[in-house]
Amino acid sequence: MSLRLTGVGVRYGAVTAVSGVDLEVADGEVVALLGPSGCGKSTLLRAVAGLERPSAGAVRWDDEDLAGVPVHRRGFGLVFQDGQLFPHRDVAGNVAFGMRMHGVETEARHKRVAELLDLVGLGGYQKRKVTELSGGEQQRVALARALAPRPRLLLLDEPLSALDRALREQLAVDLARLLREAGATALVVTHDHDEAFTLADRVAVMRAGRIRQVGPPTEVWRSPVDVDTAKFLGCGRVLPAAAALDLLGITVPGRVGLRSTALRVDSDGPLDGLVEERVHRRDHVRLLVTVRGEEFEAVAPIAEPPALGDRVRLSVDPDGLAVLGDQADGGQ
Amino acid sequence: MAHARSGLIWAFAALVPLLFLGVFFAWPVLAIVHLGLRDGGVGEVLAAAGTWELVGFTLGQAAASTVLALVAGLPVAFLLARCEVAGTGFVRAAVMVPFVLPTVVVGLAFRALWPDGGVLPIVLANAFFNVAVVARTVGGLWAHTDRRAEDAARALGASRPRAFASVVLPALLPAIGSAASVVFLFCATSFGVVLVLGGARHRTLETEIYLRTVELFDLSGAAALSLLQFAAVLAVLLLGGLARRRRETALSLRGRAEVVRRPTGGEWGVVAVAFAVVLTLLVPVVGLVVRSLSTVDGWSLAGYRALTGTGERGTLAVSGVDAAVNSLRTATDATLLALTIGVFSAVVLVGLRRGRTPLGIGEVLDTALMLPLGVSAVTVGFGYLITMDALPGDLRTSPALVPLAQALVVTPLVVRIVLPVLRAVDERLRQAAATLGASPWRVWREVDLPLAGRSLAAAAGFGFVVALGEFGATSFLARPDAPTLPIVIARLMSRPGQLNSQMAYAACALLMVVTIAAVLLIEKLRVPSSGEF
Repeated sequence: MSLRLTGVGVRYGAVTAVSGVDLEVADGEVVALLGPSGCGKSTLLRAVAGLERPSAGAVRWDDEDLAGVPVHRRGFGLVFQDGQLFPHRDVAGNVAFGMRMHGVETEARHKRVAELLDLVGLGGYQKRKVTELSGGEQQRVALARALAPRPRLLLLDEPLSALDRALREQLAVDLARLLREAGATALVVTHDHDEAFTLADRVAVMRAGRIRQVGPPTEVWRSPVDVDTAKFLGCGRVLPAAAALDLLGITVPGRVGLRSTALRVDSDGPLDGLVEERVHRRDHVRLLVTVRGEEFEAVAPIAEPPALGDRVRLSVDPDGLAVLGDQADGGQ
Repeated sequence: MAHARSGLIWAFAALVPLLFLGVFFAWPVLAIVHLGLRDGGVGEVLAAAGTWELVGFTLGQAAASTVLALVAGLPVAFLLARCEVAGTGFVRAAVMVPFVLPTVVVGLAFRALWPDGGVLPIVLANAFFNVAVVARTVGGLWAHTDRRAEDAARALGASRPRAFASVVLPALLPAIGSAASVVFLFCATSFGVVLVLGGARHRTLETEIYLRTVELFDLSGAAALSLLQFAAVLAVLLLGGLARRRRETALSLRGRAEVVRRPTGGEWGVVAVAFAVVLTLLVPVVGLVVRSLSTVDGWSLAGYRALTGTGERGTLAVSGVDAAVNSLRTATDATLLALTIGVFSAVVLVGLRRGRTPLGIGEVLDTALMLPLGVSAVTVGFGYLITMDALPGDLRTSPALVPLAQALVVTPLVVRIVLPVLRAVDERLRQAAATLGASPWRVWREVDLPLAGRSLAAAAGFGFVVALGEFGATSFLARPDAPTLPIVIARLMSRPGQLNSQMAYAACALLMVVTIAAVLLIEKLRVPSSGEF
């Protein structure tokens, strides 16, 4: 009961969208494909669904090569970014669609539709028109529709990206719970690391058509494999070990990535900085400070933020640091 | 591999409609061309002074009608595209009515107002027909043109007329050019109207071809004239194609902005003109009904009662009711045939675009499907007469011939109505259905078909109306013992007798009622802003 990709590549004419991807998704596991837009993650997902034909490698389910299996016989559910609900059917008609295709009896269908709508928090919505639902409700229906025929694998393509932020954060938590409760095996494509870390058991970071790093969220977050991955995961600066010791007084085994939260305004802090810029954010104030002639990002509490030109004391927050996996020297 | 194979399947599927067009359109038309060239008729006809008079009159009346249709159609386009006033729904439907009325009916409606016929009613009747083309084509672009460019010009100090001339008009020019070329084409090849109103005095190429074939049996002369007309039509189509291409690139640049507003100041004047135009369009329609009910002895239903008979002194081979039944049957067959070919072609065109297929097949099919619109129906009907012998099954005397010819005229309309809707179905919706376990056939049945359902119904209604009123090709092909209603009307009008003309007007009124009912139905079913007409 597992998906295995070996050496998968996808080409559009002369353009290589995906190459040399090896990845395994175990039974009941949720894996996130995380990467910037255009990195080939959606193409890879479509290749797994059978909507794109790999130019190299193999997509296997339990050692069965799926190359000759058309989309509608794979038994993989797919949720699009913008739902893609059938506008000519009501909510129940959408959710029941897959079961009808599989010849499930009417009564069993009704029961399962009600069950799934309850699961996604839309109990009693059966007769509603899908065109009258909000974006978040549409995505919930899309998820129920994909889950209804009990797919062996659930594919989610940026499932929350079309929603506004507050809703997205709320739904990400809901979705994580849903996937656990349903015991679903799932592959989620996203460009948002919060979303990936909320949903997934393991994260595969993709860039330029290749998978750069695979691991549990905390591992990927704390020790990105290289500079580009670190930068994608929010490290504005990467310092060699020597520079980190010299400038910030921290001792690390290799290069270190600094997120915006790495330096905090702290009256007892060991470092001394000059405030150059100040921006108010939702729950903190973001600063640009110079520490011994080098510019760094830092955060301050909203209550009494320092003004431009103030001198502030700073301390290093270990949670804002990432230690790079490769031990090469140099680099910025 | 699967993709390459499906691409090939689509390419092969494209051959089916192409084959149909080849046998039932290209071959007859080419046979006409050949006939005209073979007997040296072309040189002879071209040398005759009468020919150039014909050409002159044909083009002259077409040009005059086109100008008139533009002048009348532009205010209506403005009203439909830009104005938020009560009654636009009525205007939208009312302006469509003349366009789908059978040509013979329109001819007769104007004859009810100008009993002697003449040039003026010919021009008026041709313009009457085509106001809808101008209003819809120009209005379509106008509704998609960002109003803010105009506002910007006004804010920069341009007066309202100045802003219209310097900003709006240039943006609309491609649509106006495209509409003008289509209208010119329709007017230059207009058959029924000229035949009914012009009689023997005012003849165009189209009616002359008919008269030479049917009355004088001068086949090579008729073929030569067909060739001449074909050349003229091709020239106009090419010009129109250029205008359309410009329009399409222009359209793709603009999004849909909110452009409908309540008119202000001088705009009310334009709105008033638009309503006046629409009311004028209804005059011949009402006039026809009045004429069908009035006799020398006052109001009477004599014409309608006469429909059960064969006219005064047995003018007809069958009764009016029989002709009506035959009309309905023929139009139904033609519509079913056109729907089958048209929908199949539209599906193939969508499939070709999606798959990776051999170059250009989609473009070839797309263009080929439009060609029958550009060639006069008289030419096609005439072509059938001289080619269908060669096919097995004695098609020339078969009752299937008329529906075939009518289907050829209707198919392009079906494709134009259905294709945009099918193309607008999001590919990912189909993919969602496929991942839920629907096979490709099931996807088509569960997703494409229901979504295109309304446009299919509209295409069927529109096609039915056009087939019902088709006159040019049918007049060549209908057997004397199985005429359609338009043929019967023309026959009744060409023979003397008070009862005959009364009966013709009654038949026209009936045809008109069916047509208007169908148009109202189509307006209800229309998917907003899909397709050209």
